[in-house]
Amino acid sequence: MSDGRGTGSSQRWEPVIGLEIHVQLKTRTKLFCRCEAGWGAEPNRRTCPVCLAHPGTLPVLNGRAIEWTIKLGLALGCRVAERAIFHRKHYFYPDLPKGYQISQYDEPLCVEGRVSVPGPAGDLEIGIVRAHLEEDAAKTVHVGGAGGRIGGAEHSLVDFNRGGTPLVEIVTRPDLHSAEDARRFLQLLRQTVIELGVSDAEMELGTLRVDANVSVRRAGEAALRTRTEIKNMNSFAFVGQGIQAEAERQIGIWESGGEVVQQTFDFHAGSRTLTASRSKEEADDYRYLPEPDLVPVEPSRELVERLRAELPELPGARIRRLEGAVGLEAAAGLVTGGRDRLFERVVAAGIEPRAVGNVLMNQFAGTGVDPEAVDAAELARVIEARDRIPRSAFVEALAASGDPGFSAGPYLADAAVSDAAELEPIVERVLAANEAQVAAFRAGKQGLLGFFVGQVMRETAGKANAKVVSELVRSRLER
Amino acid sequence: MAIERDDVLHVAGLARLELTPPELERLGGELNAILEAVGKVAELELEGVEPTSHPLRLANAWAADEPRPSLPLEDVLANAPEAQGDTFRVPPAAAP
Repeated sequence: MSDGRGTGSSQRWEPVIGLEIHVQLKTRTKLFCRCEAGWGAEPNRRTCPVCLAHPGTLPVLNGRAIEWTIKLGLALGCRVAERAIFHRKHYFYPDLPKGYQISQYDEPLCVEGRVSVPGPAGDLEIGIVRAHLEEDAAKTVHVGGAGGRIGGAEHSLVDFNRGGTPLVEIVTRPDLHSAEDARRFLQLLRQTVIELGVSDAEMELGTLRVDANVSVRRAGEAALRTRTEIKNMNSFAFVGQGIQAEAERQIGIWESGGEVVQQTFDFHAGSRTLTASRSKEEADDYRYLPEPDLVPVEPSRELVERLRAELPELPGARIRRLEGAVGLEAAAGLVTGGRDRLFERVVAAGIEPRAVGNVLMNQFAGTGVDPEAVDAAELARVIEARDRIPRSAFVEALAASGDPGFSAGPYLADAAVSDAAELEPIVERVLAANEAQVAAFRAGKQGLLGFFVGQVMRETAGKANAKVVSELVRSRLER
Repeated sequence: MAIERDDVLHVAGLARLELTPPELERLGGELNAILEAVGKVAELELEGVEPTSHPLRLANAWAADEPRPSLPLEDVLANAPEAQGDTFRVPPAAAP
């Protein structure tokens, strides 16, 4: 699908993708009771009569969850509704003890937003239909069954700790047209959420969950064809793979004269396949009705403007600002990796931007050092000296750069071996020991240059100047 | 708009209720009577009247995000028809 072309067709197919994203807010307490929210407790230790749905209990809204939803909505360019209400969404499942989920329906808190996502061909403009607040369900574990741990005794175990935790549901317009668009948008959204401080937004932990609605159409077609929904994609890579697999499946169906049926699929990471889930229930079947136990939310203009004033410079704008200095991909990588502020501080210390970007995106990213903990002036000294000091000292310095009181000095004491006369015999030795790779390089596999340099670095215990080694290897092989 | 037998079956299905034919018959009649009574509202001139989702003239009721103690586990599980370890044990559930 990457080129949007189906086999045997003269006309391109275009995927049409809308996303439904759930962000778990990291409030201290749940949405409708004051049980602690968040991870780490033993099962059912964070429950009370409200979140266990005991008769006669009443929900009490969490004010911080309201503020954070408004803030997130504003960051997504939404209009904050003057009046929002909660609805009951009914369905029967053991993870939902009340028999309904309190959510928002036709009067959500935030509507009609737009996010500009910097892309190679200008900004992708992604419409946001709504961002609303709802409660999460409990966690259910299925056990037993014929082949299971407890033979024949098939059942489910329920832990209500997560039940009632606040979620913001964000629904985009079908404005995305490739798995790549979806990745760019999601990474920007995730970074936005993290910088607002409202969620950890970890896909692997389920604090950021993404469902995708996918259809395909011939390029130029205005109408939308039948869409399907993909769930259970718990990493950025899986979202891309799931969308790609589903678009390809649909193109195959249309091209063989078939008809795509509206349904929901689960994505399986191991096999990268999709399996049909429940048939999509009609909206009416949820029997939405206004939640009588919660009064409307009517955010004052003062509240909204105070929250708007608290917004930081958003990631999309920062990517555009840095793009000129380091290129789009490095700018996007720095910003969505949370390293752009460090980048700017190091550049301000007088280091060439592309070199800083390169180091921060590669060697520094690999260290796992918290960018906020780094003294930019000291890191600047390390990066400035990167070609003069042994590779090993450079890597060690980066790894230590977040330590309290870190000083570049000790790491700059050793000079890298740059003397060609000293390095040449080692280069010769490495090339002699790797004849097959030498032949492959000469046959055009230029990428092997890094392999040879790496071998020389190993022989010299990281003391060689990589730039000099690289030049030596290249001139020796191209001779 | 009258409630048909199929509508009653559909709603009963959503509510996981198993109804006998006489119950279906009776509930269909009762639901129709309720709809008819509520339908009286449609006779009023309601142009420009906001739907009432709440009878109280009150908005923005919320609490501070300060934790309070949860229940002890034994109280949590006291009403569980079945428990296993620290969890509620329920009949097998298919994916929602």
